[in-house]
Amino acid sequence: MNDDKLPVKAEEGHGAVEVAEPIADPGIEPHEYRITDIDPKAADRVERQVAAMFGLAGLLALGSCVAYFAIPRYAELAFGPLTGNANNLVLGLCLGLALFLIGAGAIQWAKKLMVDEEISEERHDAHSTTAQKAEITEAFNQGVEESGFTRRKLIRRSLLGAMGLLGLPAIVLLRDLGPLPGRKLYSTIWAQGIRVVNDVTLRPIKPSDLVVGQLVNAAPANLAPLQEESGVEYQNAKAKAAVIVVRIKPSEIRTPAGRENWGIDGILCYSKICTHVGCPISLYEQTTHHVLCPCHQSTFDLADGAKVVFGPAARPLPQLPLAVDSEGYLIAQSDFTEPVGPSFFERG
Amino acid sequence: MSDKDFPPPVKYLDDRLGIGKIGRKNLRKVFPDHWSFMLGEIALYSFIILILTGVFLTFWFKPSMAEVEYQGSYSLLKGLHMSEAYASTLDISFDIRGGLLMRQIHHWAAVLFIAAMMVHLLRIFFTGAFRKPRELNWVIGFTMLFLGIIEGFIGYGLPDDLLSGTGLRITQGMIQASPVIGTYMSFFIFGGEFPGDEFVSRFFTVHVLLIPGLILALVTVHLFLVVYHKHTQYAGPGRTNNNVVGYPLWPVYTAKAGGFFFVVFGITALMGALMQINPVWLYGPYNPAEVTAGSQPDWYMGWLEGSVRIMPGIESSFWGITLSWNLIIPALLVPPAFVTLVALYPFIEAWITGDKREHHLLDRPRNMPTRTGIGAAFITFYGLLWVGGGNDLIATHFGLSLNSVTWFLRFAVFLGPILAFWITRRIAISLQRADNERILHGLETGIIVRSPDGAYSEKHTPISDYEAYELTARDRILPLETGPETDDNGVRAPRRALKKLRSKLSQFYYADAVQKPTREEVQEAHEHSHDADEIHELGETETYREVTSDRS
Repeated sequence: MNDDKLPVKAEEGHGAVEVAEPIADPGIEPHEYRITDIDPKAADRVERQVAAMFGLAGLLALGSCVAYFAIPRYAELAFGPLTGNANNLVLGLCLGLALFLIGAGAIQWAKKLMVDEEISEERHDAHSTTAQKAEITEAFNQGVEESGFTRRKLIRRSLLGAMGLLGLPAIVLLRDLGPLPGRKLYSTIWAQGIRVVNDVTLRPIKPSDLVVGQLVNAAPANLAPLQEESGVEYQNAKAKAAVIVVRIKPSEIRTPAGRENWGIDGILCYSKICTHVGCPISLYEQTTHHVLCPCHQSTFDLADGAKVVFGPAARPLPQLPLAVDSEGYLIAQSDFTEPVGPSFFERG
Repeated sequence: MSDKDFPPPVKYLDDRLGIGKIGRKNLRKVFPDHWSFMLGEIALYSFIILILTGVFLTFWFKPSMAEVEYQGSYSLLKGLHMSEAYASTLDISFDIRGGLLMRQIHHWAAVLFIAAMMVHLLRIFFTGAFRKPRELNWVIGFTMLFLGIIEGFIGYGLPDDLLSGTGLRITQGMIQASPVIGTYMSFFIFGGEFPGDEFVSRFFTVHVLLIPGLILALVTVHLFLVVYHKHTQYAGPGRTNNNVVGYPLWPVYTAKAGGFFFVVFGITALMGALMQINPVWLYGPYNPAEVTAGSQPDWYMGWLEGSVRIMPGIESSFWGITLSWNLIIPALLVPPAFVTLVALYPFIEAWITGDKREHHLLDRPRNMPTRTGIGAAFITFYGLLWVGGGNDLIATHFGLSLNSVTWFLRFAVFLGPILAFWITRRIAISLQRADNERILHGLETGIIVRSPDGAYSEKHTPISDYEAYELTARDRILPLETGPETDDNGVRAPRRALKKLRSKLSQFYYADAVQKPTREEVQEAHEHSHDADEIHELGETETYREVTSDRS
């Protein structure tokens, strides 16, 4: 018995070693009877327990239906930690407990009343027997022979070729899933002369509206009208055009070469879309001029060309060149000079 | 033989389907009993719960991104523009009776589904249940875990709320940053620029039809193979590689497993009733210019999120192209490499150990110290990435610097797994030694004996044969040898470098493992204790029984 379980013979290539087993297999432990096997009273008690659980489950199932109709749809419940929609809560409690009790009853029944003597069943190897292998090989070869699949090369090759080519339409048919990217990722709806507006109030912003240390979430003035035309164009435009406008003490700003005229008295405008994977950056720390993207914690220094000071982003936030129009409102000098948002392969 | 026929309805089916033959083979099919065998059941049952509650949700959910003005009963969002998907999710949550309950059961069951699959996978791993003939079932199970994670992610993307939109934006950014085809893939998946107005309806079809269909097919094969191979069992008295000892399907497991389904369903229903999950109405509709601080994905996406978070920002631009290593490495290389390694582990281990036998007896983790160590290393790697996914919350909750947490993790993901491997392996080896000690010298009784010449010693009492057998019922495995360099005729053996590598790895796997004692060693140790043990009868006291029942 004890040799059944361990390496019968060391097959070629594996490292199991044959040594006499230290302890002989004593066989399955003697069965221990439960109190419910011996004492009919105990067994009856368990029967009552199980029946009580099943009975209660039935009542709760009914209760859930009563709750569904009896409790007003919008009634609120606030009873200690139980808060929320009363209908939902009572319905859920009744259903949950009913389900649980059915399960608990069945398991109690199995554990306490059903015969719990362990039985043993033989296993068989997963593989086929030698005779079966021979039989199936013969049958298969007969089929190959009768069809001439190996002999008639022309049929075989043309069939395989045709099947392979069917893969093409399967892919080609997906072509209309979307338009090609084209130059869409390179531009936003910002353009020369577009006013910078507060993204909630939609009011244009004057330099005097901003005090040093202030950051405003802003959008181009031509964004809101898009919403009336088409929701999707609006969302797509917004996903690229969102900006932050910040006012920093001019003496603390280090302006990158070529951007000397992009700010107005320390007012700078950057893309709000993180250059990492495109989350809108939103956490500003006045004293350090850092903004942090809440998704992956890339940190950009707005006083230093929005360079990355920490985190997984690799590029500074694109800056929008600002000017002031004849009425004194902030406007864009042009669109962004580079694509906003996450990097992409052909970006350059 | 009685010529009694089936009762009429059974006869009807048997005449047409032959159900008698199926039942004859399977009604008394034996399943071994162990708590760790329930983990896969939890996964299966949560999948069923997901289908039931999911069907309910589809009756009201509108998978459309058409813009509507919300006029439902949740007054805080009244009048806001949002997608139909989000509005209908609010309707399910507030206006359909039982809707919120079903939504929350659905979400809790999804979280449980993936957790159960993962813990089930760990059980299979640490007990070696993936060995021949079950390697393919391991791959099937792993594929289901992978599909389940995608399914879950797409599922919580459907309500089109601010949190789910943020998750999708991150995914879109990763797709866009893929080399060569990134922008094309992104435009094809989202039907143009992000967010577009297509993804909810597309993802809906994938979520309710494609992936559940695949999982259902795989579950069927998975369970069929469990029945065909018969369940593995832990080694023990009377439990051999050629039998399976346990309780019959009919009636014990019908009641236990069937009952357990209701227990799992009941508990998820109670969770759905009592524990709020994904309160989308608090997040508001998706707005690509907004995000909530402390955004967190569902738990199973956390490790990917962490992988992306702790990666330093490296990017190269040359020849007019941009390679975003900060995404290629943590999102496109590391996770696929990691999951491929896990998926192929059974084949790798089989090659290293050269073991071609069928295994139906499970290993105790301590008896495979290297495998257990590797498992611990995997868990540590995964766990540290997962921690990385919450680096901001860890920083704020424990008052740490976010940058320090991130820097710590950047090193810890490399060093932690090595440390975990080494420590776990040593612990496993120590436990093996303790087992041998127990077999050879028995238990400490707590009885101190003074010998005539004044020396004090503690009495040991032998363990039961049942336990001793259980502890020794395992392979005695030695590392593979490389084999001779040349054969008898002086011809160099083929593929020698590969064999050398294999023998080195095999050495690494087995060399330090403690072998169980031989029969002679056991006999000798017992005789020795008999000679010295003049009060052996004391071993039969109550104390002895209590102590032996503690097998840890």
